Amino acid sequence: MFKTVIRRAGKCAAVAAAGLMMMSAQAAEPIKIGSFLSVTGPASFLGDPELKTLEMYVEKINEEGGVLGRQLELIHYDDVGNASSARNFASRLIRSDQVDIIVGGSTTGATMAAVPLIEQAEVPFISLAGAVVITNPVKKWVFKTPQTDRMAAERILTDMKDRGITKFGLISGTGGFGSSGRTQTLEVAEAMGMEVVADVTYSGSDTDMTAQLTNIRNTSGVEAVLNFGFGQGPAIVTRNYAQLGMELPFYQSHGVASDSFLELAGSSAEGLRLPASPLLVPDSLPNDDPQKEVVQNYKAEYEARWDSKVSTFGAYAYDGLMLAVRAMEEAGSTDPEAVRNALENIQGYVGVTGVFNMSPEDHNGLDPDSFRILEVQNGEWKLID
Amino acid sequence: MLAEFLQYLFTGITIGATYALIALGFTLIYNASHVINFAQGEFLMIGGMATVSLTAMGVPMILAVVLAVILAGILGVALQRFAIAPAKQADVVTLIIITIGASIFIRGIAQVVWGKEYHVMQNFSTDQPIEVFGAVLNSQSLWVLGIGAILVVGLVLFFTKTLIGKAILATSMNKEAARLVGIRTQMVLMLAFMVSALLGSVAGIVVAPITFTSYDIGIILGLKGFVAAAIGGLGSGVGAVVGGLSLGIVEAMAAGYISSDYKDAVAFSMILLVLFFMPRGLFGAKVVERV
Repeated sequence: MFKTVIRRAGKCAAVAAAGLMMMSAQAAEPIKIGSFLSVTGPASFLGDPELKTLEMYVEKINEEGGVLGRQLELIHYDDVGNASSARNFASRLIRSDQVDIIVGGSTTGATMAAVPLIEQAEVPFISLAGAVVITNPVKKWVFKTPQTDRMAAERILTDMKDRGITKFGLISGTGGFGSSGRTQTLEVAEAMGMEVVADVTYSGSDTDMTAQLTNIRNTSGVEAVLNFGFGQGPAIVTRNYAQLGMELPFYQSHGVASDSFLELAGSSAEGLRLPASPLLVPDSLPNDDPQKEVVQNYKAEYEARWDSKVSTFGAYAYDGLMLAVRAMEEAGSTDPEAVRNALENIQGYVGVTGVFNMSPEDHNGLDPDSFRILEVQNGEWKLID
Repeated sequence: MLAEFLQYLFTGITIGATYALIALGFTLIYNASHVINFAQGEFLMIGGMATVSLTAMGVPMILAVVLAVILAGILGVALQRFAIAPAKQADVVTLIIITIGASIFIRGIAQVVWGKEYHVMQNFSTDQPIEVFGAVLNSQSLWVLGIGAILVVGLVLFFTKTLIGKAILATSMNKEAARLVGIRTQMVLMLAFMVSALLGSVAGIVVAPITFTSYDIGIILGLKGFVAAAIGGLGSGVGAVVGGLSLGIVEAMAAGYISSDYKDAVAFSMILLVLFFMPRGLFGAKVVERV
């Protein structure tokens, strides 16, 4: 008698358990978010905060119930800053992992290597890399979150114009970032009726740029100097600039908008201006700035979770993930075509990098004003505009 | 006009003095063993990075410099003991490849220990640049030149006045004969590695305030140092100094007067020209084939 009760109870339990498993299997079919990032290697300062951001917000979204009632699953690979492995990993994400959307590509090289594959496979892709070529001309399946270098050039040149400067000297790195920035600056200058009177370059491994700067200084008519570059080069330029006692207004690009640049350049950076993400000055933003809350929250959450300084590059991943989530919610499914259409029509998404207004002609959705012009004063960033 | 020229000259001499110190390190080891030690740049990195991290830990600057140099010296000995000595029967080419492996290994460790960021080192003396005829000279450049000169004079005295120095010279001239007169050649080799590590680390420390320092700074500076040594003629001390200085000056002049795009091209064409017409370098020893 007692035995049969137990047996029955056991059967019931087994049936219930099986049922539960089937139900949870249905509910637990996760949405797969694929990513390839340069987590190690020379571009690790991009990929590392990007991965940390993705991991932490996927966790957070899952705790809050996921997207469309489904959990998110992050599948990521490290391309080590190498374009050909980025292409291989993109292929693996599409073919064997069968992800629903890709958020990744730390560098322009990695992104552009993966683009043809992604276009062919018709998977929505949000890139985290900077150059203008990624979304111009518009590619059907490709979107990106960082501002383009062209916008940075426009922002800097507008600020120069406001200060009455029309002739300036340009010193740029010969790496991908610097040379693309140089091309964009020359184009924007022509469009805005400004003149680049000196145009010199330095290579990424140079340890002294005094010669190039002397060249600029001796060019007649120079009213300001702009340095477009990345890594330690601009910090050396900044130091040499101060050593040479050059007094002209000095501009850097968004490529060095980080606290580590201030550390390297030290007191030489005093007075220079650059376009940057509001993330560098979260507390100086005016209270009616729509981005203020998003920026402050991201900074606080990131620093609490990882115990390291927040970086602009991680913010690109934050915006990429949130745009993806919003597109899937608006599409009501993970159907690639529907998600892509939703992405293309996102209006007024307030991110950390800026306010995004996508359109079929603009797969970036930001305007130059999303950059803030900052000036270094007493060793700290100060919001100018 | 003069100011411009002087400015390029100062820039060139400063960076050239660094190349010269690195080239001397190559020369030392090459003389003692005919090995080109591609881990030379890593000694430079160890010097700079160790000094930066020790000062960050609160160690006074001078002590930090001494400790960093000692660390590099130990590393030089360890490199010879554990990587070169066990393979002493191997071909010279094999040994060179071993040094490349060692350099990648050291760089990897440095990356794990110190991270991948660039670090700043304060100028030894004032941050105020010095003005000479309208050109500006970084005070640190004087340190680089001064310490470089002291090291070169010190090396000359070491090789001509001390028994150990003479033993190294003897080994470089004829290893078999040196052994016959009672010189312990393995010991000499170890010494050569140590001295060249010391040289490299000092160079790394004095230039760090100008160039910044990071785990991978040794790659490109090491390569330029090697070019300098090859121009001067591998194995010649005078050649290393002349090669280093001329490489630095040519680079700076090219960047200033022609275009910074062609700077490296001019430097590397220079090595081609020199090697076309003087295959042993400017001051290379004449080799007599013994039959």
